[in-house]
Amino acid sequence: MIGMSRQGVWNAAAAAMALALALGAGCSKTETPAVRAAREGVLLVGNGAEPQALDPHLVTGVPEHRIATALFEGLCDLDPATLEAVPAVAESWAVSDDGCVYTFTLRPDAKWSNGDAVTADDFAYAWERILSPALASEYAYMLHCIKNAKAFNEGELDAFGQVGVRVVDARTLEVTLEEPTPYFLEMQIHYTWFPLHRATIEQFGGMTERGTKWTRPGNLVGNGAFTLERWEPNRVLRVVKNDHYWNADAVRLSAVEFHPIEDTLTEERSFRTGNLHLTENVPISKIEGYQRDTPGLIRIDPYYGSYYYRLNVTRPPFDDVRVRRAFAMAVDRDTLVARVVRAGRRPAGNLTPPDPSGYTCAASIPYDVEAARALLAEAGYPNGEGFPPTELLYNTSENHKLIAEAVQQMWKDNLNVHVALLNQDWKVYLSSMSTLDYQMARSAWIGDFVDPINFLECFVTGGGNNRTGWASPAYDALIGEARRTLDAGQRMAVLEKAERVLLDEAPIIPVYFYTRVFLIAPELRGVESNLLGYINFKRLWFEPEARAEG
Amino acid sequence: MARFIGRRLLHFIPVLFVVVTLTFFLVRLAPGGPFDAEKARSEEALAQIERVYNLDAPLHRQYLDYLAGLIHGDLGPSLQKPERTVTEWILLRLPVSLELGVYALVVALGIGLTAGVIAALRPNTFTDHAPMSFAMVGICIPNFVLGPVLVLVFALWLGWFGVEGWGAASEKVLPSITLGATYAAYIARMTRGSMLEVLSQDFIRTARAKGLSEARVVLRHGLRGGLQPVVAFLGPAAAGLLSGSFVVERIFQVPGLGQEFVMAARNRDYTMVMGTVLFFAVLIMLFNLFVDIAQAWMDPRIRHERA
Repeated sequence: MIGMSRQGVWNAAAAAMALALALGAGCSKTETPAVRAAREGVLLVGNGAEPQALDPHLVTGVPEHRIATALFEGLCDLDPATLEAVPAVAESWAVSDDGCVYTFTLRPDAKWSNGDAVTADDFAYAWERILSPALASEYAYMLHCIKNAKAFNEGELDAFGQVGVRVVDARTLEVTLEEPTPYFLEMQIHYTWFPLHRATIEQFGGMTERGTKWTRPGNLVGNGAFTLERWEPNRVLRVVKNDHYWNADAVRLSAVEFHPIEDTLTEERSFRTGNLHLTENVPISKIEGYQRDTPGLIRIDPYYGSYYYRLNVTRPPFDDVRVRRAFAMAVDRDTLVARVVRAGRRPAGNLTPPDPSGYTCAASIPYDVEAARALLAEAGYPNGEGFPPTELLYNTSENHKLIAEAVQQMWKDNLNVHVALLNQDWKVYLSSMSTLDYQMARSAWIGDFVDPINFLECFVTGGGNNRTGWASPAYDALIGEARRTLDAGQRMAVLEKAERVLLDEAPIIPVYFYTRVFLIAPELRGVESNLLGYINFKRLWFEPEARAEG
Repeated sequence: MARFIGRRLLHFIPVLFVVVTLTFFLVRLAPGGPFDAEKARSEEALAQIERVYNLDAPLHRQYLDYLAGLIHGDLGPSLQKPERTVTEWILLRLPVSLELGVYALVVALGIGLTAGVIAALRPNTFTDHAPMSFAMVGICIPNFVLGPVLVLVFALWLGWFGVEGWGAASEKVLPSITLGATYAAYIARMTRGSMLEVLSQDFIRTARAKGLSEARVVLRHGLRGGLQPVVAFLGPAAAGLLSGSFVVERIFQVPGLGQEFVMAARNRDYTMVMGTVLFFAVLIMLFNLFVDIAQAWMDPRIRHERA
């Protein structure tokens, strides 16, 4: 009997082998899935992690943002090349002289995927929902720039009527802000601002009920250029062109498939075998190979993110500004980035990444070993003597480790100080940071919108993202002044002053500015380089003949 | 036999209670919570979301509430992926894990038993050393090395199989082999050892003396005894194949339960951790029970002892 079953096993295995051979040979030799999909106008995207949810009010990540921008559309969109606000659901808008009141006129032909008209009430409904304390949306704070929104969100106000959102008529929406917010229009591409279809949400549960079935395929009603066709968790999420979309004629893709592949090596293999047109990432070890052999397949775009080390200023030795400056000035960022970080990243002497069309901070922390040693001596540690035991904390990752080891060596060589390295698992690391249970910690910030205030306001006294214990009344005053300043040039000057204060006091050590590195199929067109890594699916198309030429 | 099974099933209850209790408090002891993030939430936002998920209640209260829910079969919603309940997530992932586990087990048994029996037939000759060295290599190579190597050779160079995913048959071959390989190696060594012992016993000599064919002696009489330790190993192995496939699932992007389990622990998704741990605990106990039943069937001595 056992002999029989073994025979059966072998037969089955042989059959499976033969089948796999036939299938494998069938698709790899003639036409890859990517080539076939391109012919049909179907974009295959590697999308990093599996989305947590599809409800735009329950999510917090980048993978979810990609999907939400395909399924929904806000008042304005961004031109992917310039990042300027362009009309979307709103066909036009007017701004009051004090910069605090925005009046949007909605286009008459904006439709939901079931054919209903998109009205001003749909925006008011969505914003009331995300700000409701009972929903407990983690990203509700994105809307706190609306007048009284914060008070309503935190339960101090009961009536949404007191929040600065007024539905004038079905096609007119008036929004009153707490203070002039120059990036208000640009923020509208963030999923927290998208309208929602009231009838759909309430068909499957209450307004503030979390995790109801309204986002399932077949149920979800959106107003984006695409509509949800199927979602097989951890396999694929497929959206297809929405014929009710007001600008459907301009949309050239017929569908987008989001493939959740967290492992970058797996993603790269998938791209290489022709299963993806666009990847989320590229393993660092593979970048140089692509640049050398097939430069047309890899893109390295500047990205609005900063990598830096936080210093805990509430504990010795980093309670002394001279020690902090000395450590910051003893890091040779140019060498570090060229030899260790790589991936086209740029050395950072300040916090806010440069924006060629806007703010670029002129100040930077120099690499100056002499001055660093002098400062350390002045602080009472000549040639590093008597320096207390110090630890640099990072969350477990091979890249963070390599960078930390290189910096550790620089401090040893330049300051004669030994810094121990400590790695912690992600959540443990976050908990250590927020309770200030560390001395130095690896950190990063990726901008939500392109404005230096998004980086700089992290470090106001007591801010949730400060996490260094650093407090400077002068800095807080400058950030406050920038918030009230209407003139763009003047506002940037005030922000630069604030950044100088931050660099002088050095509660952080900037290391590098991020880039977004990804692989792209030669036939895919319209993926513009922009600081936010914003991919506007409405504007992408294929030129299948491009692969043959390449 | 029915009494034996019934008694074993009753033992499940206290064991599960201990598992629930330990897991509940251990996961809460770990630093960091489900809603800690790189971009800090305000205290108000954290308080709101903790209220929604009953995380603001005293710990013993939460524990009792969880037990109450559990008795009604309610594992709660996932904290990280709130659009489905923990039960829904497990049911969604389970078929994939089962399928992968069964294929891997087929690979493990097919290769392991064959290699083990061949090796035992002529101990200390080439046909013994070759499969056994191969098995040693199989045990030593971790699957995070074996997986990418197999992909490189069979998917990227030869183009025979898929690189990742879990749809077409060609995508299922490499993950099954990768996951099954280590177990195949163990089974081969185990089979060889016990076969050598069994083949030297008196009843085998009797069988040969009766003039039975060698194939019949080995496969019918030898294997039945020789398989004993392998069967005992299969219980934990099967549970391991289902729960411990995280690495393989990640390399090949297989949407199984192993990923869910590990990511839940990493993200402090309390309800999901509880649900998956409980589920695996039940699974391990069930497999051990099956193994005991199988052994009783195969070995009369065990059957008599327990009856």
